[in-house]
Amino acid sequence: MIRKVVSSAEEALQGVSSGMTFMLGGFGLCGIPENAITELVRLGVNDITCISNNAGVDDFGLGLLLQQKQIKKMISSYVGENDEFERQMLSGELEVELTPQGTLAEKCRAAQAGFPAFYTPAGYGTEVAEGKETREFNGKMYVLEPAYEADFAFVKAWKGDEAGNLIFKGTARNFNPCMCGAAKITVAEVEELVPAGELDPNAIHIPGIFVQRIFQGNAYEKRIEQRTVRSR
Amino acid sequence: MLDKNGIAKRIAKEVRDGYYVNLGIGIPTLVANFVREDISVEFQSENGVLGMGPFPFEGEEDADIINAGKQTITTLPGASFFDSALSFGMIRGKHVDLTILGAMEVAENGDIANWKIPGKMVKGMGGAMDLVASAENIIVAMMHTNKAGKSKLLKKCTLPLTGVGCVKKVVTNLAVMEIENGSFKLLECAPGVSVEEIVAATEGNLIVDGEIPEMIL
Repeated sequence: MIRKVVSSAEEALQGVSSGMTFMLGGFGLCGIPENAITELVRLGVNDITCISNNAGVDDFGLGLLLQQKQIKKMISSYVGENDEFERQMLSGELEVELTPQGTLAEKCRAAQAGFPAFYTPAGYGTEVAEGKETREFNGKMYVLEPAYEADFAFVKAWKGDEAGNLIFKGTARNFNPCMCGAAKITVAEVEELVPAGELDPNAIHIPGIFVQRIFQGNAYEKRIEQRTVRSR
Repeated sequence: MLDKNGIAKRIAKEVRDGYYVNLGIGIPTLVANFVREDISVEFQSENGVLGMGPFPFEGEEDADIINAGKQTITTLPGASFFDSALSFGMIRGKHVDLTILGAMEVAENGDIANWKIPGKMVKGMGGAMDLVASAENIIVAMMHTNKAGKSKLLKKCTLPLTGVGCVKKVVTNLAVMEIENGSFKLLECAPGVSVEEIVAATEGNLIVDGEIPEMIL
């Protein structure tokens, strides 16, 4: 067994520096790598590019990095719910590349799976396709989208073992599995880190080969963005 | 004239037994409340769940189980979770039978704009571009006119496009229309709404062929 365990977020983020490109899992605030984000704030790295479906809210998730003006560029599909983000974008402090959600997921997966690029119909005929190569297949038009290149991928899983195998929970899975192995170094934080052999190999969502460092996360807030309930 | 629930109720009649359905945010979300109970339907949310159920009872919310609107939800027996790439594989690969989404503008050629108002609102397209580019069966739920009374069913979209030539059917507070050969074709009038009112509220080319029935809700 190849051990991937590191003792802390601090150790897991060794090698991180300003100017790098990071992938961060999560959809809204669901399944975000809370511990890695906290450590990025502590390290104070800046001029970073973040590939993440959303940009957090003002005071949580990637919003924490925006507050400290650490982010130079955001690559996302949806960035509502964040006033500071909007302010920085409109004032030109923050560069924003809006990408269709399925394209964003696939650009991560392509990097993970060794595809340099792929054709997708999403965005054809819109401003997203401007300047990009297009091609017809079977009478339908497609846009060529390159795979992402990133220095670190920060993902959050429910359970993981010493070998870096990961299991996700519910819709907290989202972009996390697509980003594993899609960057030079993948750092996984988990709610429950267990010894090798405790997780059923049949139940593994992401094999440890896609993960370089894994650590036991702590103090998960798991904030709910839209609490919706029905009456009994 | 219909309200938002009325539009949702009419669209619910388009949902057939055995359909996998993706519902957008806003009016489309309401459609789930009106689907007949004697048919089997599964709702997909693009953040990674099939078999969505109702909102949870208070105290049973789970931060790890949400829909694409970031609302806490529940799942029904037979539900499954999956990652974002697989979710959009489901959509792009045409495995989802029906997509219902909102729009700011629809043009007579089936173009749709629903993600950006330059200089005003730039929140992003989310999954809308993937959905409209891939789905074969797209129904748009929208108000026929804006607050100023201007038509949202146009000859040509004025806002940045979400997709080209992709909308097949539009259900508004006034009418049900199909898009056919570069025109809106009037299929049904909302209760209490005349054909003349619909013609007046539609900027794009509207084909009125014979007697137009009233919607059955």
